[in-house]
Amino acid sequence: MGSATTIEPAPGQVSPFRRFLIALLRRFGIQGRTAVIIVPYFWLLIFFLAPFLIVFKISFSEIRIAIPPYAPLFEYLEGIQLTINLKLETYKQLLEDGLYWKSYVSSLRIATLSTVFTLLIGYPIAYGMARAPKDRQLMLVMMIILPFWTSFLIRVYAWIGILKNEGFLNHFLLWAGAIDAPLQILHSDLAVYIGIVYSYLPFMVLPLYASLEKMDHSLLEAAADLGCHPLKAFWKITFPLSLSAVTAGCFLVFIPAVGEFVIPDLLGGSSTLMIGKTLWSEFFNNRNWPLASAVAVILLLLLVVPIVMFQRYQVRQIAEQG
Amino acid sequence: MRAKMTLFNHLSLILGFSFLYLPIILLVVFSFNESRLVTVWSGFSVKWYGQLLENEGIIRAAFMTLKVAFLSSTLATIFGTMAGFAMARYGQFRGRTLFNGMIYAPLVMPEVITGLSLLLMFVAISLDRGFVTITLAHTTFSMCYVAVVLQSRLGSFDRSIEEAAMDLGCPPTKTFFLITLPVIMPAVASGWLLSFTLSLDDLVIASFTSGPGATTLPMKIYSQMRLGVTPEINAVSAILIGIVACGVVVASMLHKRQVRQKERNQYLATS
Repeated sequence: MGSATTIEPAPGQVSPFRRFLIALLRRFGIQGRTAVIIVPYFWLLIFFLAPFLIVFKISFSEIRIAIPPYAPLFEYLEGIQLTINLKLETYKQLLEDGLYWKSYVSSLRIATLSTVFTLLIGYPIAYGMARAPKDRQLMLVMMIILPFWTSFLIRVYAWIGILKNEGFLNHFLLWAGAIDAPLQILHSDLAVYIGIVYSYLPFMVLPLYASLEKMDHSLLEAAADLGCHPLKAFWKITFPLSLSAVTAGCFLVFIPAVGEFVIPDLLGGSSTLMIGKTLWSEFFNNRNWPLASAVAVILLLLLVVPIVMFQRYQVRQIAEQG
Repeated sequence: MRAKMTLFNHLSLILGFSFLYLPIILLVVFSFNESRLVTVWSGFSVKWYGQLLENEGIIRAAFMTLKVAFLSSTLATIFGTMAGFAMARYGQFRGRTLFNGMIYAPLVMPEVITGLSLLLMFVAISLDRGFVTITLAHTTFSMCYVAVVLQSRLGSFDRSIEEAAMDLGCPPTKTFFLITLPVIMPAVASGWLLSFTLSLDDLVIASFTSGPGATTLPMKIYSQMRLGVTPEINAVSAILIGIVACGVVVASMLHKRQVRQKERNQYLATS
């Protein structure tokens, strides 16, 4: 490997500038291979990891009316003496004010229930896709992906026109005679559930389809030959075999849904509490940066376990592929 | 899985796809409605599109968004390809676990956290918020998507052609540009397209990292959406959906042509 990856260009083929660059990098022991890792690695360290540490730091600061609106954590008094202004005030506030922990609980509840609904709606679709004629399947997959390419914001917005009091759904139900007065769906928790299920459905269907499509149908035939009811065969064979895809799909829906902002803000009502919305208003409306940071830190702590589980799953998946 | 489709299968596909597409179709249809009321049809008209062209704020925001999307997706494709290459080819290097974590976490991280943390860092290093900061933020999360796409593409890559080139004395960098890159080009292109649409689409991270004077199209649309449903927003949405639909159709046509070309080559090679 070592000799194969060393940059060894034939002289005369390379411009002087490139030769200089290669020589310079080599002086520091950097070869092509290392550079390929180092560039994205440092980018992510600077723009992904470091920002989290800053959030963590600022969550211990005190709010101050200034630009930026927080007190520095370390301060040099008269240039020499270092003082540390570590404040746990914001975390105390998070615990004492019921609004915050209610937001967390409500976010987790809404995300869990919507994940279950997405699974219940997504599974039959993925199942139908896997059973469709082979030449149609590619088109069906494309049709599942297509909404994912269209703007998230627009797809959420489309539901306002459907769910509002004088919207399509109420028009239809009134016309069909199912209801006498328009239902108040927009600005309720129900609208948030619909929005999450709708927006995240492709994330659930795709892994499920990929798993169901590979499944060996002879297993089901064997079960049927032995007198097993199709429903029981589904529960005993198909579902357990697709379990890892179910897990992947659920993570892909649950984790982002917990911190969702756009859906509860546009479709939910004033009583819909979700932590993403709380963080947003703490930051933009109250300009309380330390508190917003503390909210983010706790949210991250809640999500660390699912994120790590999801990651392990991804790495294992790729290892299995080859 | 091979089996006959049951009535249940047909029904779940029909209902499922209606659920996915009906809202989008209604939105596009009613952007051509004459009345200001978005839910009652009163006649065909394109006047909302005309008004859109006169709305200078929206036009400016659209250009801003395109600039950010173009630059950030190009950067993300370069870094993401490098990252995907490192993950697929270099096995266990030092810090691999952290690297994996930093690639996969942004894919599921709630946007409010990513946005807030990037903003606080830009403030900490006192970088002026605006075009540059939005581009940096978008590059960061897009490159992770590109890396995952490239990693899975390189996983199924036939390395013997690279080895052949290097055995014949081609240096690794040249081998990459002459052999590897042309083969993985479709994956690189779809990574770029994915980054581009992610950037076009993003509201939350852009809102956190933008400053005065830098408004992107989703931010503009969002501030109008909060005031309620208007035909102008329907018109903007219909245009965006149209662009995406055209892009997808063109991409799938190119893909089909490529597949056909490959089949023809194989046919010629065997006959």
